[in-house]
Amino acid sequence: MTIVSQTPGPPLWLLFELTYRCPLQCAFCYNPIDFAHTTDELATADWLRVLREARELGAVQLGLSGGEPLLRPDAEEIAAEARHLGYYTNLITSGVGLTQERLRAFKSAGLDHIQLSFQDSTRELNDFLSNTRTFELKQRCAEWIRAAGYPMVLNCVIHRLNIEHLDAIIDMAARIGVEFLELANTQYYSWAHLNREQLLPSRAQLDRAFEITQAWRERLGDRMRILYVVPDYYETRPKRCMNGWASTFMAVTPDGTALPCHTAKMLPGLSFPNVRQQSVADIWLHSEGFNRFRGTGWMKEPCASCDERDKDLGGCRCQAYLLANDAAAADPVCSKSAQHDVVTDAVARAQGNRVIEKPLVFRRADASRRFSPPGARP
Amino acid sequence: MNAVASIDSPVIRHGFRLQWEPAQNGHVLLYPEGMVKLNASAAEILRRCDGLHTVDEIVTELESVFQATQLTQEVTQFIVSALDRGWLRLP
Repeated sequence: MTIVSQTPGPPLWLLFELTYRCPLQCAFCYNPIDFAHTTDELATADWLRVLREARELGAVQLGLSGGEPLLRPDAEEIAAEARHLGYYTNLITSGVGLTQERLRAFKSAGLDHIQLSFQDSTRELNDFLSNTRTFELKQRCAEWIRAAGYPMVLNCVIHRLNIEHLDAIIDMAARIGVEFLELANTQYYSWAHLNREQLLPSRAQLDRAFEITQAWRERLGDRMRILYVVPDYYETRPKRCMNGWASTFMAVTPDGTALPCHTAKMLPGLSFPNVRQQSVADIWLHSEGFNRFRGTGWMKEPCASCDERDKDLGGCRCQAYLLANDAAAADPVCSKSAQHDVVTDAVARAQGNRVIEKPLVFRRADASRRFSPPGARP
Repeated sequence: MNAVASIDSPVIRHGFRLQWEPAQNGHVLLYPEGMVKLNASAAEILRRCDGLHTVDEIVTELESVFQATQLTQEVTQFIVSALDRGWLRLP
């Protein structure tokens, strides 16, 4: 085991989850299952202070996300301060709450980029998957965003229920004039993990989806770049999650909790600091939560002696906890993991056609309270 | 692969921003949800890609500023790869 104490590089990527409130109820949302217990959102002045502190450390990419960030009336003010400080600012939105007036305010604030999410190419499935009626609104937003001179970036989360529509999804994106299309296969955390049986596609569906994507890439060339992220359940080596724990990324949740990844709050026995109490530098450099899985010193077998440990850093800690019930285990996606059969079993169940009796659980406050009664977590 | 002519005037793609980052002691190219750290020569070329100067003019200026000769091939190759990566476009 190497024990190297190195000063970590800067938190280059800062994500503000401004609020957990959201008009959508997507069944694949990565927000924590217990989001409904968070009511005490940071004030504008707190967000602005965190922006300044993180920028001093070298943060340069800023995501404004949520929930739906547009539900915060101060999103424009935060974007303006971010631009002033030199951030490249990305608004990650469902488009619900966007008006031409707000778009003008974001533009003059210096917002750099808007990523609009779609759930599907058809009104029926878009609205079903998000449990809302938003499809036409999203199309209108896409036109406004493009007209405002922003690079048009569309994100669509792919899973079993929309993967067969991939051809139509890409076609729709090309017709809207999208420049970057992100087709991100669902990652199975939080709500998506609850709904995994319904959402994990079969191998045949994935192969077909990849062929369709390749054909569109050839047809469109540089006109539209397509990023296609495969679900890691079909891999035999884990992803280098977040480019390494607390190596590049810091998320701040609506109540000010600082996290080294979007979903780390689920990990038991680990406390994460709050920006209300500690400075960003103190959190990044000295907190237990951020140091816990930095580097490779925390690893157990099979990771500790693995010749690929520096490449994937043991994969994802949240996935290790969710699937192996041990946040310090190897990510079970890895074929060297003793719990790899949890992944192969889930994949085996996803093959062929089968009817699932279980209904989808939508990300709603009532479901959040039902699945996480108060006091259930320390 | 893209091609570029000496009379083309490449420009940094809209939505992309070239910026000096003190914390990284270097120039970076920022774009939607991403960043590339540039080496010094890449940064010197990219900051001259303003859509107003031709490849020829950029080469001439770089040769003058850095007291070098025969930079045409290196600069052209970089511009082609930057076009391929979508960092630059030709107006």
